[in-house]
Amino acid sequence: MKILVCISQVPDTSTKIMLKDNDTAVNSQGTTYIINPYDEWYALIRALELKESVVATDVHLITVGKADTEPVIRKALALGGDQALRIDADSIDPYQTANYIAEYAKTVGYDLVLCGKESIDYNNGSVGVMIAELLDADYIGFATNIQVEGTIATVKREIEGGEETDVVNFPVVIACQKGVAEARIPNMRGIMAARTKPLNVVTPTASAAVTTILSYEMPPAKAGVKMVSPDNMDELVELLHSEAKVI
Amino acid sequence: MSVLVLVEHTDGNIKKKSFEAVQYAAEIAKKTNTTATALVLGTIADSELENLGTHGVQKVLHVADEKLNELHARAYASALIAAAQKEGSKIIIALHDINGKAVAPRVAVKLKAGLVSGALSYPDLDKGFVLKKAVFSGKAFAFVNITSDVKVITLMANSFPLAPGSGKASIERLDVTFGDKDFGIKVKSVDKVTGEVSLADAELVVSGGRGMKGPENWGLIEDLAKELGAATACSRPVADAGWRPHHEHVGQTGGTIRPNLYIAVGISGAIQHLAGVNGSKVIVVINKDPEAPFFKAANYGVVGDAMEILPKLTEAVKKFKQHK
Ligand SMILES: Cc1cc2nc3c(=O)[nH]c(=O)nc-3n(C[C@H](O)[C@H](O)[C@H](O)COP(=O)(O)OP(=O)(O)OC[C@H]3O[C@@H](n4cnc5c(N)ncnc54)[C@H](O)[C@@H]3O)c2cc1C
Ligand SMILES: Nc1ncnc2c1ncn2[C@@H]1O[C@H](COP(=O)(O)O)[C@@H](O)[C@H]1O
Repeated sequence: MKILVCISQVPDTSTKIMLKDNDTAVNSQGTTYIINPYDEWYALIRALELKESVVATDVHLITVGKADTEPVIRKALALGGDQALRIDADSIDPYQTANYIAEYAKTVGYDLVLCGKESIDYNNGSVGVMIAELLDADYIGFATNIQVEGTIATVKREIEGGEETDVVNFPVVIACQKGVAEARIPNMRGIMAARTKPLNVVTPTASAAVTTILSYEMPPAKAGVKMVSPDNMDELVELLHSEAKVI
Repeated sequence: MSVLVLVEHTDGNIKKKSFEAVQYAAEIAKKTNTTATALVLGTIADSELENLGTHGVQKVLHVADEKLNELHARAYASALIAAAQKEGSKIIIALHDINGKAVAPRVAVKLKAGLVSGALSYPDLDKGFVLKKAVFSGKAFAFVNITSDVKVITLMANSFPLAPGSGKASIERLDVTFGDKDFGIKVKSVDKVTGEVSLADAELVVSGGRGMKGPENWGLIEDLAKELGAATACSRPVADAGWRPHHEHVGQTGGTIRPNLYIAVGISGAIQHLAGVNGSKVIVVINKDPEAPFFKAANYGVVGDAMEILPKLTEAVKKFKQHK
């Protein structure tokens, strides 16, 4: 069984976002980048577990990004995985990103494509579904548990107002969240091994973006907190009613 | 050319956020000199469907197939494509929730359409077709232009207040020919949380952190939530410690919510927690430490011991409701 894990590079959660060029771009200077947490903690680790339990034969990592994403991909390889592929493109349009990944995935024929529930930069949660559509495969989002037997996956997932267990045939794209696996820390052996693992770079075949980001805006600064005395909860309720108008 | 909107219902009752999506679609239709059509899937009464007219759609397309009562994303996408073809729709709208997120990207790919996920605004047509959305977990907003001919949008719920009118929609049945793969995923079991207010859709949320000391004190949170008609949430360490179920945990690793009111009790306000709640309209922070970082993100703050403040607040809410 062959697994492809989609790895996206994102700014560290604690990074302060700063804009540049008249607010048309995000200033990446001084930003620390990490593997998108859902990709790392859940998708990648579950893929590694499946390989460790000999269910999976190959675990390949893929990212769409420019050369500056290589340290993050190496970090992912330090956790595990046989090889990585970087598609040399800077894409923030989910359709374009998905096209790049699907084009490559078709050439190998993966049984399972694992991704994160969303990337914490653009918060779309779209790339995985689009890959599934492009591969004519099923997609299960918000997975909390993935079991594999033969060519069938049994997946627990969040639904509107509850939880559901699904059975699905390969190939399938599954977007992972909390529950799917437990995060790990790379060890020295993994870090050393990652240095010599293949990290291939390919230039994508042309695929047009269908969305563009024209500009950014920072949220308005909070007006400041209004303090209410702990002995005056009637006042708080009154403020929530007549000033904030939320109750 | 009509603007098409996918409507969700729970056992035949249209969800409030779907009325919002319908109203949103109707408003975009107005801006683009056309009408809005709602697509409803599965078992639901005509009287409920007609109701959609109060939020601005003239027409409802209903695919009555009961297999659609559960989310089958590929079948939903097929139905949307069929409806879009019938109506000649160039703008397609779904909600930015579990269902919409599974369906809209498929539709976008099928129609080679640009997708904006989690839109917070109406499209700005002067600059193209530009929608505002939150990025970097609420730390910034982006203005995204859709450049393709067909446009797909998922709307972030709770972005526009409902303003129902008096219209009545006409209903048309739509027959969709589904493919083999549309029902490829077999649902083995479903476990619905019933009774409580669903956290993802709640307008009011009371949330507790480690400052609540232990699960034995959660009655205080629940009493306030009950009095307000609010859902309950918690910080991650609280869920990790097993004080509360994991689906209640909000933040970077948990759920993202955007209620009108978020009351955070005994939560320090770490950045990973804020990532899940900073879209809330109004935030109240109750914390014994006046230096707690959460106060910086709050609209109202109370410094003091949660165990003493919570009963007083619950009492005040009760009093307020009696006098209203
Ligand atoms: C990668 C990563 C992801 C994470 N994801 C999440 C996430 O999704 N969600 C999340 O919540 N956290 C997440 N965290 C953890 C986060 O960083 C914080 O550690 C966590 O939010 C703290 O929870 P807390 O505020 O309940 O507890 P604490 O930080 O311990 O704060 C308790 C607060 O209660 C106050 N307090 C104590 N006693 C009382 C009292 N009697 N009355 C009133 N106030 C009192 C204290 O002053 C303090 O401010 C993540 C961390 C990392 C590293
Ligand atoms: N540039 C990228 N390269 C590889 N995978 C990606 C990329 N962007 C998104 N993904 C994958 O798709 C998931 C959803 O991303 P998004 O649609 O951007 O929220 C992520 O968790 C990743 O697994």
